[in-house]
Amino acid sequence: MNLGYSDEQRLLSESANNLLAARAQKKDARDLWAEMAELGWLAMPLPESHDGLGQGAVDVAILTEAFGRHLASTDYAPRIVLCGGLVAAIGSDAQKAALLPALATGMAKPALAHAEENARHDRAHVATQAARTAGGWRLSGDKIGVLGAAPDRFIVSARIAGSLRDRSGIGLFLVPADARGLRVLSHATVDGGQASRIELKDVELPADALLGANENAFEALDRAVDQAIAAWCAECVGLMEAATAATVDYTKIRIQFGKPLAVNQALRHRIADMSIQCEEGRSMALRAALYADSADAGARARAISGAWAKIAKSARFVAEQAIQLHGGMGVTNELDIGMYLKRVVALEAIVGGADRHLRRHAALSAAARAA
Amino acid sequence: MELAFTPDEIAFQNEVRAFLAAHLTPDIKRSHALTPSVFSDPPVGNHWQKLLYAKGWAAPLWPKEYGGAGWTLAQRYIWEVESALAGAPSVTPMGLRMVGPVIMKFGTQAQKDFYLPRILKAEDYWCQGYSEPGSGSDLASLKTRAVRDGDHYVINGSKIWTTHAHYANRMFALVRTSDEGKKQDGISFILIDMDTPGISVRPILTIGGDHEVNQVFFDDVRVPVANRVGAEGQGWSYGKYLLEFERGGAMSSGRLRGALRHVEKIAAHYRDGERPLIEDPAISLRLSQVEIDIDALEMTELRIMSSLQTGQNPGSVSSSLAKLRNSEIKQAITSLAVDVLGEDALVWEPRRPLYELNEPLPLEEDAITALPEYLNGRAYTIFGGTSEVQRDIIAKVVIGL
Repeated sequence: MNLGYSDEQRLLSESANNLLAARAQKKDARDLWAEMAELGWLAMPLPESHDGLGQGAVDVAILTEAFGRHLASTDYAPRIVLCGGLVAAIGSDAQKAALLPALATGMAKPALAHAEENARHDRAHVATQAARTAGGWRLSGDKIGVLGAAPDRFIVSARIAGSLRDRSGIGLFLVPADARGLRVLSHATVDGGQASRIELKDVELPADALLGANENAFEALDRAVDQAIAAWCAECVGLMEAATAATVDYTKIRIQFGKPLAVNQALRHRIADMSIQCEEGRSMALRAALYADSADAGARARAISGAWAKIAKSARFVAEQAIQLHGGMGVTNELDIGMYLKRVVALEAIVGGADRHLRRHAALSAAARAA
Repeated sequence: MELAFTPDEIAFQNEVRAFLAAHLTPDIKRSHALTPSVFSDPPVGNHWQKLLYAKGWAAPLWPKEYGGAGWTLAQRYIWEVESALAGAPSVTPMGLRMVGPVIMKFGTQAQKDFYLPRILKAEDYWCQGYSEPGSGSDLASLKTRAVRDGDHYVINGSKIWTTHAHYANRMFALVRTSDEGKKQDGISFILIDMDTPGISVRPILTIGGDHEVNQVFFDDVRVPVANRVGAEGQGWSYGKYLLEFERGGAMSSGRLRGALRHVEKIAAHYRDGERPLIEDPAISLRLSQVEIDIDALEMTELRIMSSLQTGQNPGSVSSSLAKLRNSEIKQAITSLAVDVLGEDALVWEPRRPLYELNEPLPLEEDAITALPEYLNGRAYTIFGGTSEVQRDIIAKVVIGL
């Protein structure tokens, strides 16, 4: 057991925070995605066999924590951790060669199309159908919450066998953005990003569109989503700390009744509670990262859902209280304090709320007790 | 960074398990399990400490030169978790974790030579003379007075909430030696033999029905000046050091985990109709919530210890936070246990110690302590600095005003 960060990890944290802070000051900052590709950040968790750096979840968390602190709401987790992770985990050699180096250089911009109406974050809820054809596959169904701006291809989950919410019989299909029968409806997201709903109507795909020829991709999908959640946990830590720091600064300069707001004990205790949530969040995000790559799927899932159940609640509390303590100004777009809350709301919509993950944790605990 | 144990750490874990299998007898376990007060009953904890001393494990946090175990972070963690889950008693913190480190850092050579081995071997039992009837959260306002008379101090006043004063043979106390300057400046740290004439102890029963704390009265009690630790008037800073050491070294999550496992055990016995209570969705969600809170605290404690071991200061935010969360989680667990009892939460057993009763108890042994533990456990968020004081400390650090 060793819980110290290495010198390289400290350096990564420092350079990520410095870079993002500097970008926030510049009006004409370059494209962040291109800059991250140059710095090797996109390659970090990708396998070394395909131009990646083979780094683990703790390193990714260092990066996403910096994203949270600077409200750099990037497509990193969905594109690199989710899509990159899935291709690396189950892709064929040809699929890896086609996609992973291009991800590392920032050229490829895939998006995972998995969530559906009424799934409510049940990851096995896949109604989209994949039917075998003479030449390969035909996909039909609707997807929501497809993250990222202007995807150039999609990784679409579809049911090859079984019924709705069966864990078996789910495949992941590579679908080009210009495929016939595919309709992409882009929309803005609450946190200032881009996402889409997609409709697939008899989309014809070649046989090799099925990722890794794997007709039971649920385990890989479940793992990749958990790994993305670990990255988002860390993002929330950065976000909570920044919101708390901004609130502390504000309550020290805002004078009411002839004294700074920050001298009032009711507010001081609220700020103490925000700080407590930050610290506990930091502990849980680290725990999530340390379990994210674990070979023990049950332990991993329990640690991830436990961390998110805690952090979703903490981040919501901190972001809401940051607004409360900024008073009327907190509710306006004139300050960016509301952006923290918007990002938390977006992440809960993507990942599921604290209740959902508490239930997953309880179900996994019951299964572990029964075993 | 790695959570998994190395081969050496696994070997140590096996050594700990073998030790527990050999020495943690069913009798010791039962005595501990049937003690609903905050600390282990002194005879139980002392017996256990002597067994640990024989193994060289009595003082995980002490430097090796003073007889400490010299454990790494991982060894400390393994010990706490394994011994808690096995149901081992806790040893009193008063000597090993409180007065010991102060004597080590600020005491004279003679004080170190005399007291430290006696603490280590459980030959002395210490109690803490801090709070007074008029000085709770505002500890620095304390009024118990020590007036110099030749080579002695003459002490008058009263201390309260003194855990195990009825058992202890020694007390470390904060006493007022001056009224000049700031109230913190006139306080000295002094070691008192509880057999000294003029000391009387009044028991205070807690709402759980246990005799754990006392009020101690001092009536012209003569204590040698040689029993003062460090400089006169510097006692407050030593007292603060003691608190930092205590909080910084805390590894309470293992015990919380053990307590939660116990609630799961009784929740598996109790039934709602045909269904074991542990399968009740509301109960299972609360169990998960507590488990997650323990995970977070455990990681926080590991982070604090990790930074201590690499020479970094974990900061007072994290030590106050650990105290705060430990106490809140402990209360959540005891509250959950009482809810699991259902109708049985009506049953009151006033006799003590429970482990010495030879007739049948009115409830199963694994359920009988839940109610008094819940009631006594209300003290967790009060002693050692209330939750409100901890929030004041955190706010002061974070806000800087």
